[in-house]
Amino acid sequence: MSAITRDEVAHLARLSRLALADDELDHFAAQLDQIIESVARVREVAAGDIPPTSHALPLTNVFRPDEVRPGLAPDDALAAAPAVEEDRFRVPRILEEEA
Amino acid sequence: MSLTRRTAAELGAMIASGEVSAVEVTQAHLDRIAEVDDKVHAFLHVATESALAQARDVDARRAAGEELGPLAGVPVAHKDIFTTADMPTTCGSKILEGWQPPYDATVTARLRAAGLVILGKTNLDEFAMGSSTDNSAFGPSHNPWDLTRVPGGSSGGSSAAVAAFEAPLSTGTDTGGSIRQPAAVTGIVGMKPTYGGSSRYGLVAFASSLDTPGPFARNVLDAALLHEAFSGHDPLDSTSIDQPVPPVVEAARQADVSGMRIGVVKEFSGEGYQPGVLARFQEACDLLESLGAKVVEVSCPSFTYALPAYYLIAPSEASSNLARFDAMRYGLRVGDDGTRSAEEVMALTRAAGFGPEVKRRIMLGTYALSSGYYDAYYGQAQKVRTLITRDFEAAYEQVDVLISPTTPTTAFRIGERADDPMAMYLADLCTIPSNLTGNAAISVPCGLADEDDLPVGLQIMAPVLGDDRCYRVGAAVEAALQSRWGAPLLDKAPAL
Repeated sequence: MSAITRDEVAHLARLSRLALADDELDHFAAQLDQIIESVARVREVAAGDIPPTSHALPLTNVFRPDEVRPGLAPDDALAAAPAVEEDRFRVPRILEEEA
Repeated sequence: MSLTRRTAAELGAMIASGEVSAVEVTQAHLDRIAEVDDKVHAFLHVATESALAQARDVDARRAAGEELGPLAGVPVAHKDIFTTADMPTTCGSKILEGWQPPYDATVTARLRAAGLVILGKTNLDEFAMGSSTDNSAFGPSHNPWDLTRVPGGSSGGSSAAVAAFEAPLSTGTDTGGSIRQPAAVTGIVGMKPTYGGSSRYGLVAFASSLDTPGPFARNVLDAALLHEAFSGHDPLDSTSIDQPVPPVVEAARQADVSGMRIGVVKEFSGEGYQPGVLARFQEACDLLESLGAKVVEVSCPSFTYALPAYYLIAPSEASSNLARFDAMRYGLRVGDDGTRSAEEVMALTRAAGFGPEVKRRIMLGTYALSSGYYDAYYGQAQKVRTLITRDFEAAYEQVDVLISPTTPTTAFRIGERADDPMAMYLADLCTIPSNLTGNAAISVPCGLADEDDLPVGLQIMAPVLGDDRCYRVGAAVEAALQSRWGAPLLDKAPAL
C-alpha cells in the first residue's frame, strides 16, 4: 500500500500554491511516497510522555530596545516589485469580480 | 609562493605590515577566478569593481594609520543566500533571479566592518536544499579534486571556491550539514557554530530553527578568525544568543588534546559507510589517542532517528518560510495577463520558479503539518528531537567532544543522486543531530580514501557554546596530520 496517493499529492500541490503539470504530479507522487515511507520511521519511537522540542534554545520573551530607525524609502521598497502603480505594489485581482 | 596559496592569517599579516596591498591580494584572487571558475563554477556573481573598491578603501585606511582587524583586506567568497545591498541575491533559484535586496544581512555587514573584501556570491543548492549543488537553478559547481564530482552542498560554491584557491575564506550556512559536508568532500575546514551564535538576519530562511551561518577555510585558524569576525549577538535576530563568542581563535592556537575525553559515536558506522572513510576515521581516533586524549565509544541510540526527524522538521519549516515567495512584492511573476487571479498567478509563478527539490520539500512539509498527520509526523519528530538532545547531554557527561566521519562517503558524481532524494539525504546522516540540538560541530580533513583518492572529513561535535572545543581538537588533528603528510592535504589536489 502506498503512503500517499496521487490525488493527495495533487491536494498538497494546491495547498502549497504550486500549479504542477500532470507528469510532475506523477513523478512527485512516486518520490513523496518513498520519502514519507522512510520518514514514517519516527513513529516507531515510543515517545508518549516525551515533551516536544520546537527549538534548540530555550528562549522566551526576547526584547530589544524600541528605538526609532529609518525604514525603507518607497523607491527602495518598490525597486524589485514585479509591477508598480502610484507608489504601490500592483497585484493581480484578489477578489472575485462581482457579477 | 603565490598570494592565492597563502592562508587568510598570512595575508592579513602581510597586508598589515605593508608587504602587499589589499588591492594586490584582491586582484590575485580575481585573476584566479578568471582563470579557473569556468571549470569550477563556484561563483554566481563576481563583484570585480566593488571588491577592488573595498580593497582600495582598506589600503587607504591603513595608510591613514587606522587600526584594522586581522582580516582587513583579506578576500572572502559569500554564499548567495545572505542578502547584499550591492550584489544580486538569488539563493540559486529562478524565483529570485536578478533580485537585488534593499539591505545587507548582519553577516554581510560584519564582513564589511571587519574589512573583508567580498569577491562575489557563491553557488548553492536552491534555497540551501541539497548536498551537491545539483539543485542550483544555475548549474552545479564542480569539486576541484575531480571536476566530475560534486563539491557537496548546499554551500558547494563556497567549498569549491576555497578548495580551488579562488578565495582563502568563504561563508556558508548549515541547516543539516550544508557547511560540514561540503568541507569534508573538498578537503577543507567547515564549521557550524552553535545555533544562535551567528545571526540569521538577512539570511534567506530555509528552516529557521536550524539555519546557522558559519565559516569555510583551508585551515582551522583561518576558520576561527572568520567565525569570530561575523559572529556574536545581534538584536535584529531574536534567536541570537546574548553572550560572548566562545574563544575560538585562542582555541585554534591551542592544538592540544592531552587529557581530553573524546567519544566515538557508535551509531555512525557500518552499512552505507565507505571503507576508505572508515579507515581514515579509525586512523584519526588512533591519532587522537596518541596525542594524549582518552578515546571511548559512546552510544547515542536516538541518532538513528535523526534523519527521518530532520526530513519532517526542516521541510515543515521550509513550507512555511517559502510561502513568502508569492510573486507580489519582489522576485518572479508569471502569468499575470490581467485575467488571472492573484492566487492563480502565485501558483503559476511558484511552479515555474522553484526547482524539483524545493517543490518536494514544500509539499512534504505541507503534508507533515496538515491536520490528521501533524501528531504522527511533525509532533513525533519534535519528540525525537528531545530524545536526541538527551542523548547528547548524556554523552557530554562522559566526554568533552564527540567524533564521527563527517559524511558516509567521499564526493559522489554530479547528477548521480539528483533524482533520488533519499540517496541524497543520506549525505547528511552524521551531521543532522547537531542541527536538531543546536550544538557546535566542525569538519576537518583527515586524509584521502584509498578507493578514490578523495578527501575524507572528521567531524568534531561539542555542546552548545562549546565551539572552542571543536577548534582545539581540530587544530590538534590538523597539526599532527600535516606533520605526518609534510604538507597540507590540498597540496595533493590536481592542478586545475
